[in-house]
Amino acid sequence: MTAPSPASEPRTDVARALKHAAIAGLVSFGMLLPLIGFRTIQDMRNELVLETRPLLLASFVLLTIAGSLLVSLVLVPWKQRRAAAHIPGESVRRAHWRAHVAKWLVPFALGFVVLYPVIVLLGTGFGGAVKWIDNFGIQILIYVMLGWGLNIVVGLAGLLDLGYVAFYAVGAYSYALLAKEFGLSFWILLPLAGTLSAFWGILLGFPVLRLRGDYLAIVTLAFGEIIRLILINWVDFTGGYAGVSGIPRPTFFGIPFNANDDGFAAVFGLEFTPLYRTIFLYYVILGLALLTAFVTVRLRRLPVGRAWEALREDEIACRSLGLNTTNTKLTAFAMGAMFGGFAGSFFAARQGFISPESFTFMESAIILAIVVLGGMGSMIGVAIAAVAMIGGTEIMRELEFLKLIFGQDFEPTQYRMLLFGLAMVLIMIWKPRGLISTREPSAFLKERKTVAATFVEEGRG
Amino acid sequence: MIPDAILRVEHLTMRFGGLVAVHDLSFAARRGEITALIGPNGAGKTTVFNCITGFYKPTEGRIALNRGGPSLWNELDALTASSVRSRKGPGGSLYLLERMSDYLVTMDARVARTFQNIRLFRGMTVLENLLVAQHNKLMIASGFTLFGILGLPVYARAESAAIERAAAWLEKIGLIDRADDPAGDLPYGAQRRLEIARAMCTDPVLLCLDEPAAGLNPRESTELNELLLSIRDETDTSVLLIEHDMSVVMQISDHVVVLDYGVKISDGSREDVRNDPKVIAAYLGVEEDEVEAVASEVGL
Ligand SMILES: Nc1ncnc2c1ncn2[C@@H]1O[C@H](COP(=O)(O)OP(=O)(O)OP(=O)(O)O)[C@@H](O)[C@H]1O
Ligand SMILES: [Mg+2]
Repeated sequence: MTAPSPASEPRTDVARALKHAAIAGLVSFGMLLPLIGFRTIQDMRNELVLETRPLLLASFVLLTIAGSLLVSLVLVPWKQRRAAAHIPGESVRRAHWRAHVAKWLVPFALGFVVLYPVIVLLGTGFGGAVKWIDNFGIQILIYVMLGWGLNIVVGLAGLLDLGYVAFYAVGAYSYALLAKEFGLSFWILLPLAGTLSAFWGILLGFPVLRLRGDYLAIVTLAFGEIIRLILINWVDFTGGYAGVSGIPRPTFFGIPFNANDDGFAAVFGLEFTPLYRTIFLYYVILGLALLTAFVTVRLRRLPVGRAWEALREDEIACRSLGLNTTNTKLTAFAMGAMFGGFAGSFFAARQGFISPESFTFMESAIILAIVVLGGMGSMIGVAIAAVAMIGGTEIMRELEFLKLIFGQDFEPTQYRMLLFGLAMVLIMIWKPRGLISTREPSAFLKERKTVAATFVEEGRG
Repeated sequence: MIPDAILRVEHLTMRFGGLVAVHDLSFAARRGEITALIGPNGAGKTTVFNCITGFYKPTEGRIALNRGGPSLWNELDALTASSVRSRKGPGGSLYLLERMSDYLVTMDARVARTFQNIRLFRGMTVLENLLVAQHNKLMIASGFTLFGILGLPVYARAESAAIERAAAWLEKIGLIDRADDPAGDLPYGAQRRLEIARAMCTDPVLLCLDEPAAGLNPRESTELNELLLSIRDETDTSVLLIEHDMSVVMQISDHVVVLDYGVKISDGSREDVRNDPKVIAAYLGVEEDEVEAVASEVGL
């Protein structure tokens, strides 16, 4: 063994690190001065006055500087040292470990989500359970499902869709309006709403068939906005800004969840609490999400799914092999839209009230962010990203101590976009292709080998 | 006209704006033979391929494919006069390729192609590449996805047959041990062979190869020759080949067509073409009457 030569010893350049930190501080000061430094408030006499917040501004700038120093003085040298100290067999060992984790992760996670309401009940008792099951369980599962639906379009077929929320909206309004108008049950309207959304997916698909990349993204974005504007402006039909309220809630095989004598609690001889409905809704969305997962996993191993991925890899080669790329794209749009529609009608049934507010571009952006963060095409990655991002924003609501630091009127959830942005930047530095960027082959001859991320196309369509 | 032709290209012209890439080109490819299309850079060879395989719509001309006996050619003019793109009957089928769009040329007329710049699905495994090529067959077997979603055995059987077929081709091109590796991970020569195998998995009657020997070393080039000869002799597929490498052309092609500036300058057996002064002139880049002077100068 030879002693490590001095040249291979990574040097930490303090002067450079300080310079970087100073620049970062300056940039954040310039950016945050108008955003955080000033605020307008209405005083007693209803006049608008400018309030300056130098302390808050200073704390943000200092945080940036500290972060920059941390990266260049600690993180980067640590990474270099690790790269230098290359242990033989290390990558093999890590691959084994990862395979091991992956093998246990899915059954463990499945068991956890199935038992989640029970765990919550044991943990918090009847009082706090509704909040935990609803805000965390149901909310996250809706986004997992939306992420998986969009993953078909963006991750598998490689078609960048910025208007996915439109299908969520179509599903929600389909259920809301049809249920109110015709009094049909949730279970009949669910497939109907999915079908309608799929239909709209195909409708969007046709004009964008020839578009790729940025152009496709812009047209899909416009499509999302068009649907939202229709919902706002077609007041007779959709109620406009006021939305639709009093949407019938799903029943337990015909037994409603209410305090009446024929309600769920009374029929089963239980004391009435809103908890039963929440638990029921939790299992409904869990079932829907698992259906999405099951269908997607199956589709990936079928010719359609393989054609989607081939389309992402190389559209011209697809056509040279006799694949009808028009149909392939349309089925991807339709499939993704259908799951969005399912999620939408569930959303309407759970809320009992919907309005165009819930279907803004921001929703599309969040769903897309979840897919990109998770790793395009990876269902486990998308699920982890949804848990982290949606769970993260919900947890921010719970962090009461933040109010002690930033003042009583600090509203943490308003910063959730900041959280998303931060997570995106960090992930893009750490793993530019998302949390799980490798690809599982859909068929194998001798052994299933994971395809490394470097080979996989992200799709320009 | 060659009676047992599988493909007839007649008066094909392709213009890009003011540029005439192919001008009034006519030739035929015989069934069961390897026909080579050669010519200097920019002669219009790839453009001809793109017209045949439906990627470009020719400005003028007719491209007909015969999947039947020689007598079927008698119906070509009737088909052209009609507005349909193919005629299917007991005697075989006749297709007008210039009326068909890209994927139909492969799916219906069964013309497969490879590309000058390899176009594999790099992020999919070698096996998956060959399965995508069998898409249409598998799609029907999966009941357009319905049977497949339900997990009916009829699809499982079709899929294992498809995998078997893929494995047979992998055996043939010497890539069976790399079946589960990403296609992008293969060495260059193997990628070329895989692209040919992938095209063959679509069950073509005509295989169009755009410079398959480009970038291959001599050993790989020899392997390629053997592969192409075995395709000609052991399958029902005829081959149309674009090639720069004269050693490949002269060793394996049965019939050679030479293009220069979009115009056919020679057409015949490889001996005819090799000794054609027009061809030599085009390849040396000089006028025909200067050939001898230049040839003696460079010591040919
Ligand atoms: N899509 C296109 N648009 C405009 N011009 C084109 C197009 N495709 C080909 N050309 C032009 O047509 C001519 C013939 O090109 P082509 O690619 O067919 O040549 P080639 O014989 O295949 O050459 P090489 O041996 O270099 O592959 C060239 O001048 C080329 O620039
Ligand atoms: Mg070419």
